[in-house]
Amino acid sequence: MTQSLLHQILDYANRADPYPIYEELRKSPVHHEADGPYVISTYYEIRSLLHDPRISSDARNLASNAAEPPAGAPSEESTLPPGFLKLDPPEHDRLRRMTNRPFGPPHSPHRVDGMRGELHDIVTGLIDGIGDPDRIDLVEQFSYPFPVTVICRLLGVPREDETRFHVWADTLAANLDPDPDADPAERDKGAQDARMQLGMYLAGLIEERRKNPGEDMLSQLATAKGDDGPMTTMELLSTAALLLIAGHETTVNLITNGMLTLLRNPDVLQRLRADPRLAVPIVEELLRFEPPVQLVPQRTTLADIEVRGVTIPKGASVWLVLASGNRDPRRFEDPDRFDPDRPDIQHLGLGSGIHSCFGAPLARLETQFALAELARRLENPRLLEDPPPYRQNAVLRGPRRLHLTCDGIRP
Amino acid sequence: MDGDGSLERLKRDGRIVVVGASLAGLRAAETLRDKGFAGSLTLIGDEACEPYDRPPLSKQVLLGRASAERTALPRLRALDATWRLGRAATGLDMAARRVRLADGDEVPYDRLLIATGVRARPWPNEAEADLDGVFVLRTRDDSAALARRLDAGPERVLVIGAGFTGSEIASACRERGLPVTVAERGAAPLVGALGGVVGAVAAEMHREHGVDLRCGVMVTALEGDASGRVRAAQLSDGSTVETDVVIVSLGALRNTEWLAGSGLGAGPRGIACDAGCRAFDIRGIVTDDIYAAGDVARSPHALFGYQFLSLEHWGNAVSQARIAAHNMLSESTDRLPHMEVPAFWSSQFGVNIKSVGIPSMGTEILVSQGSLADHRFLGVYGYQGRVIGAVAFDHGRWLPFYQELIETTAPFPPPFATVDRRPEGQRPLDADFPDPSIPTHGPTVTLSGYSPADRRMTFTPAH
Ligand SMILES: Cc1cc2nc3c(=O)[nH]c(=O)nc-3n(C[C@H](O)[C@H](O)[C@H](O)COP(=O)(O)OP(=O)(O)OC[C@H]3O[C@@H](n4cnc5c(N)ncnc54)[C@H](O)[C@@H]3O)c2cc1C
Repeated sequence: MTQSLLHQILDYANRADPYPIYEELRKSPVHHEADGPYVISTYYEIRSLLHDPRISSDARNLASNAAEPPAGAPSEESTLPPGFLKLDPPEHDRLRRMTNRPFGPPHSPHRVDGMRGELHDIVTGLIDGIGDPDRIDLVEQFSYPFPVTVICRLLGVPREDETRFHVWADTLAANLDPDPDADPAERDKGAQDARMQLGMYLAGLIEERRKNPGEDMLSQLATAKGDDGPMTTMELLSTAALLLIAGHETTVNLITNGMLTLLRNPDVLQRLRADPRLAVPIVEELLRFEPPVQLVPQRTTLADIEVRGVTIPKGASVWLVLASGNRDPRRFEDPDRFDPDRPDIQHLGLGSGIHSCFGAPLARLETQFALAELARRLENPRLLEDPPPYRQNAVLRGPRRLHLTCDGIRP
Repeated sequence: MDGDGSLERLKRDGRIVVVGASLAGLRAAETLRDKGFAGSLTLIGDEACEPYDRPPLSKQVLLGRASAERTALPRLRALDATWRLGRAATGLDMAARRVRLADGDEVPYDRLLIATGVRARPWPNEAEADLDGVFVLRTRDDSAALARRLDAGPERVLVIGAGFTGSEIASACRERGLPVTVAERGAAPLVGALGGVVGAVAAEMHREHGVDLRCGVMVTALEGDASGRVRAAQLSDGSTVETDVVIVSLGALRNTEWLAGSGLGAGPRGIACDAGCRAFDIRGIVTDDIYAAGDVARSPHALFGYQFLSLEHWGNAVSQARIAAHNMLSESTDRLPHMEVPAFWSSQFGVNIKSVGIPSMGTEILVSQGSLADHRFLGVYGYQGRVIGAVAFDHGRWLPFYQELIETTAPFPPPFATVDRRPEGQRPLDADFPDPSIPTHGPTVTLSGYSPADRRMTFTPAH
């Protein structure tokens, strides 16, 4: 029997190139298999639903008989951490607003921009440390450590603690992406330990920052006294965890997918080397072409909703396949072509609506820096395997390793 | 001209003149070039500077976050145009197809776009309007002058009129810590655009931020001192406000006087044109070579009972400009109607306000998300059982959904559950507009599709 489309999406065999399956899926914009979620795959429909107040992000609104995702589907725990991401207004709005105060405009318009110097230094340090140019694993040596270090600086994790912090973060991130060969019990235990230790570490840090606040985000969150009142310690912990995990797991993939795409499009890589400003449209097109969050599996309906002639019943589970919408030929001309010169890249790569990516300005800047510097410094880089091995995860999709070689590393 | 090659000739070596070199004028000119117009292009503007953006003038500029001189509109492409800036058009000869300029020059055209916008309505008493310290806010110079005066730290600012611009000015003054009085003839700020229910929220916002808000009163006179500086204002309730800066924010007048006697259907309410931005002459016959776009245009909107709407909205100016430019270079069957759903934004007292549709056509309002008391909510306006508009206070990301309801003439009140519906949102309220304009009963039109190419209009005749 041929596999259902849903199973094909989740099937690891299709991880390296899920796009033909999405194309199949778009033939019925609302795809529903018995006992499965309602899967939305076309651009305009996804965008509408992202702005639809009849759609909830809170799993408590799922009907008890709502479709169980098929085995192997990303479960609640294995996708993104809780926090305001999985809440509806007004709770969502309050927490997101409070988190935004020390992060973005209007209250902190310079926070992200002010990190330029630091981002540059971190990128330079990591590239300097690559060592042997013959065999580089970009994920391990660059894409991974970069965003974690950035999050540390943003939250105000002291330098001397960064190593410990990295270990916990890596363990947790690895747990988001189950390695099929690892013993699941052991893995879970490791993750639980890491979560515990990280939680205790953060709680300690929060206490410390309440007494001696600094300029970092954690201090500002811990001492905020706006219209919304203070954040409780639990709220602070779940918010910090959200920033940590969502903020780096996605950026790792964006950077790695980015380098992979550039190596497959050497003319674009060449242009970027000549003009680092091209990083801006390249990252936008990347978010369309290879978005790190492929689909949003945690939505449910608060009412019966009609989409393209199909009535999705109240309480149903709805998946929005962002990566498929991004390649919808009704919206983008020649959608399977990577083309940073597109005049109008209004992609769904960072979502849209109230849950649109909180860290977007930072993720964009990190990836722009990363790709421009890699392009400039790696001499004649080539892929050693194509496609590279992918992570297990179908939602947060990206290479597990990206092995490259180059003729040398420019100063 | 259809099919006889004249359109090709126009595109190749025709003459297109744009009067009004601001937002609509610039965007239209760019679109003309985008669409392959290779002939001569002339932009005529009475302001001496290149096109600039107005929304920041009452926001960032007054707050000192941007300088008035640095609000130039971004150029979306090279234009290769003749710019005649700093001189006004003073007349139009429709038969000879010429625009007359203040310096006596005449500019011939094959196609003309009029985008002369509006100007601030001045204080009616000229002597009082001339007092030092009395301002209006429409242009870059107005804004720069006002910002300078606010920098000097006046004792008290009086804003006359609490529409969007007046409210934004009051908000900026409070953010600078200046004492502000706002005098509004209506029952609340923004009441004309958004009704009394939302107006009450706006009034709270003013008061919470320390504005001395006086509603239901008119300013009857401005008083100057011996040196000709404003020093006080008399109010219709008999009170006096001592003030050294007055900003007159009483709406706008359309820049159509220069068309008087031309035979074009232009007057105080704007230039009447069809949905394709082609201007009417005074006989009600549509011209083929004269177009209007932006704040000065007044055109029927299919979605709102074909009412002739004049909208002083940034997005409207851009989209009409593009439609006008497209239609100028198209055969009649290829012309596009301007069907954009009206949309507007404002920001004041730290709140981001956005609206879609025509809230002022609504008779009822339902607070479908959030809460009025929090000043964070979404209000849906209903008219004759359908959704006609929506307003968001710090809830803008939901608006595309409500826009779709408007486009598809969805029933009002919306019957479904939404996130964050509060008890107050269970039932519609009287929207409480001072003078509801009741449009005539007419056929129903719905819009569908997304990209301009697959956008469709469905017509259901009235019964
Ligand atoms: C302070 C302020 C704040 C605003 N804020 C917002 C906002 O937040 N959101 C929003 O949606 N909209 C806002 N608007 C409205 C928006 O700016 C206008 O809708 C838009 O500028 C209209 O563009 P236009 O090109 O039609 O007209 P205008 O920008 O008015 O341009 C018309 C031009 O024509 C010139 N002109 C007039 N007569 C002649 C003549 N006879 N000959 C030659 N030239 C002539 C004028 O001097 C002017 O330069 C704001 C406007 C102002 C003034």
